[in-house]
Parts: sequence; C-alpha cells; structure tokens
Amino acid sequence: MNRRQSIRALAACAAAVAVVLGCATAPGDAEVSAKAAAVLQSSFKEQGQAKLDRLVQDDTQKTCSEYSGKVIPKDVAERIEKANLASIKWPADGKLLGDWKNGERIAQEGRGMQYSDDPKGPVGANCYACHRLSPQEVSYGTIGPPLYQFGKLRGYSDEMRKYAYGKIYNAEAYNACTNMPRFGHSGILSVQQISDVVALLMDPDSPVNK
Amino acid sequence: MMRVRRGVAPVAAFVLALVSAFGAPAVPAQGNAVDEIAKYRAALQDGNPAELWEARGADLWKQKRGPKTASLEQCDLGLGPGVVKGAYARLPRYFADADRVMDLETRIVWCMVTLQGFSEADAKKGPFGGPDRKADMEAYVAYVTSESRGVKMNVALDHPKEREAYRLGEKMFYFRGGTHDFACATCHGEDGKRIRLQDLPNLTQTAGAQKAYTTWPAYRVSQGELRSFQWRLNDCFRQQRFPELVFASDASIALTMFLARNANGAAFDAPAIKR
Repeated sequence: MNRRQSIRALAACAAAVAVVLGCATAPGDAEVSAKAAAVLQSSFKEQGQAKLDRLVQDDTQKTCSEYSGKVIPKDVAERIEKANLASIKWPADGKLLGDWKNGERIAQEGRGMQYSDDPKGPVGANCYACHRLSPQEVSYGTIGPPLYQFGKLRGYSDEMRKYAYGKIYNAEAYNACTNMPRFGHSGILSVQQISDVVALLMDPDSPVNK
Repeated sequence: MMRVRRGVAPVAAFVLALVSAFGAPAVPAQGNAVDEIAKYRAALQDGNPAELWEARGADLWKQKRGPKTASLEQCDLGLGPGVVKGAYARLPRYFADADRVMDLETRIVWCMVTLQGFSEADAKKGPFGGPDRKADMEAYVAYVTSESRGVKMNVALDHPKEREAYRLGEKMFYFRGGTHDFACATCHGEDGKRIRLQDLPNLTQTAGAQKAYTTWPAYRVSQGELRSFQWRLNDCFRQQRFPELVFASDASIALTMFLARNANGAAFDAPAIKR
C-alpha cells in the first residue's frame, strides 16, 4: 500500500467511525422500538379482562408496527400472510353461511374485550365502525372499504363465501398489515358468529345485497 | 352550581333532539346527519361549562393545602416559579430539578409533592372526575391550560431526554397490540376517516395534530366533565382494547410529547367543548 492509498484508507475508516459514533449518540431504530415496548409494559396496569399480556406483540403485530406508514417488502408481506392463512379454522360442518339477522346484530355491536366491558359479553365485531353495510344504517365509518352489495357485486360463489369467512377470521392472511382485526384468530368471534357475518355479506336475502 | 345546570340544560335538550332525529322512522340521508352534527357543534360553542373548572382550578391553585399548607402559586411549570401564562404551550419539557421530561399533569403532581408535601400516591389519586366526585386535577388542568389560550404551541426538542421522549412516543403511536391489533395509527393515521359518524383527526400530519392537540382539554357534553389530555389518552387505549394506561406514566408523557410537538406553530385553543 503506497502512502496515498493508506491516507485514503484512513479517511474511509474515520468516516466509518463517525457513522458508528453517530449511531451511538442517537439510538438506532430497533433500540428505540425495544425501549418503547418496555416503557409500555411498565406504563399500563391490568384492568378487568385486559391483562398486560395484551401488550406482548406476536410476529404480525411487531412487524406491522415497524412497517406502519411504510411500504412492506414483498417477502415480509408474504411471510405474514402465509403464517396467518395457516391459522384459519374452517367450520367443521363446512357450513360458511349462517344467519344474516344475527350477523347484523354482531356487526352493530360495539362492545367486547374492552376492560370496561362485561367479560361475559356481549362481544360484537362493530363492523359499522369502519364499513358501510346495510343501507338502512347511515351511521357507518370509513376506515375500511364500503361493503354494501358485497355478494351482489361479486357473485354468490363458494369461493367468495370462503374468502369472506377467511377474511373475517384472519384478515392478515389476505392483506398483510391491514387495519382490520383478526376476529377468529384472536378469539373475538366464534366460528358460528363469523358464519353469521358471512351471511350478512353473502346471503342474497341480506339487506346488504338489496 | 345552579348556573351550571342552567347552562347545561339547553345543551342536553339539543342532544336529545339530535338523538330523536336519528331514531325517527324517516332516517335522514347521511349528508343531513353530518350537517346536523355540524350545527350541533356550532351550537355548543355558545357557552362552555369548562369555565367553571377553570375558575375552580384558579381558586384551588391559590389555596394553602397539604401537609405543608402551601399553595401551588410558586409551582415552576417551566417558565419559572409562579409563571402560569403561556406555560402549557411549551409542555411537555425537560425539568432539570426532576431530571426527566414531564407533561402538565406530571408537573402538577411534582409541585403537589415538593411544595405542598403530599405523597406522590396521594397527588396522583383520582385524576379523572366521575358522576359522584370532581377531580381537583382536572380543575388544575383547566386553569393552567386556559392561561395558554391563543399562545402558539412551541414544544422544544433541545434536551436529549426530550428527543428520546419524542422518538419513544412516535414508536408507541405505531405500536400494534391487544386483541384487535390496534395502534393509535389505526384510527389516526389517515386523512378524512371516521368511526361511525365521528371524524378522526390524522395525527401524523401537522394540520390534524394541531387541530386535535390544541382543542384538549375539553368539556365533554356527553359526560358532563372537563377532560384532560391524560384522560384522552387513557380512554383511547381503553377502546384500543389495551390494559389501563397509568396516569402520568412514562408512556403517557412520551405520547403527549410526540403529539404536542407535532402541533407546534398552532395557537392553543382550549379548554374546548366537545360532544
């Protein structure tokens, strides 16, 4: 190595050291995430049915927190979707279409799983908080897409029923880091209740399809 | 207290009128419902019962209380002992005497302990009022925040602990957890969204953060209470299906730092009045 080369190498090394020092003075992203999770654990207390384990993230929650507001790399999205798809439990009798009237009640019900709620229930899906469904209900939110005429527009096929069931059971299986809760996977709704909500979306007699 | 009742009754009547409008067999088209809500909000601005909390807080602030029979008049909210005017618009901030970042409520607790001799547990007890009791903390908060009305939000990130609190608060804002995988960002990360008919501010954008942060604390008509920012965070997490956020906890301060800093530049405009 001649003199000029060694000076250049030295300069590169100094730059590398500066980068490392920079990282040391301003903590890295992963470090801040870990600290934030720890501070959250010590800043909450269990109340009613909401215990501190609700602050322990699974892989989907942790990964989606990290990519919130950013583009999720394709391989990461595929990993999340694959793992969540595997978790879906299908009805033992294969019946995906329940009672749409009960589905409507579940879609309207906002209570459930909050520490202020009775642990004995009721537990709803609160679909209207985020989606438009039956046209009679004008008080609907817009965080999710409108689902009015869900079955009528897409056709009442077995595939579409299966998709609706799977999506409600575990939405992360179809759209990594969606805002939608995983109603079956997280034990919010039973298999029967999910089938009832599927009927609200997929039964030709449901007001959603009028 | 009679004044309160007279002031609130017309508002309550208006709420009932609104509710029955929704319940009527001829359901109004959604546009009309949204218009009615806008009218209702405009009507609310006429008189704000928050003034009663402000007056009570101003009075309590001067009262000699606690084991040391001292008032809070010498409390240093960041602009020096005794300066209340404009203090809230610069909070949260790093306090050298405590060697930590504090929001308003945490700082009031600090002053109750150091000046008045309360134990920390006593100072933090019952921070939110209910049907059967008024919370002194909410009165203090109403008074101190009212003294920043019209002052531009100016939260600094000069101290390393202030920068750390901001970064932690940002992470917490995007932290998904609980039975429903919700984060603050689930509801407050996009423009023009709503839950049912309730508009949601996008707290990741300057305009949304400014509008939301500068209008808390607020008198909540539906609860008949003045609600502090600590309460606002606490109740968001309840609906997020998280456990209960501890009053004046480190997470509450970090999140407040993130949101307050994002509101910089806007004139503070509270205590406000909300549905």
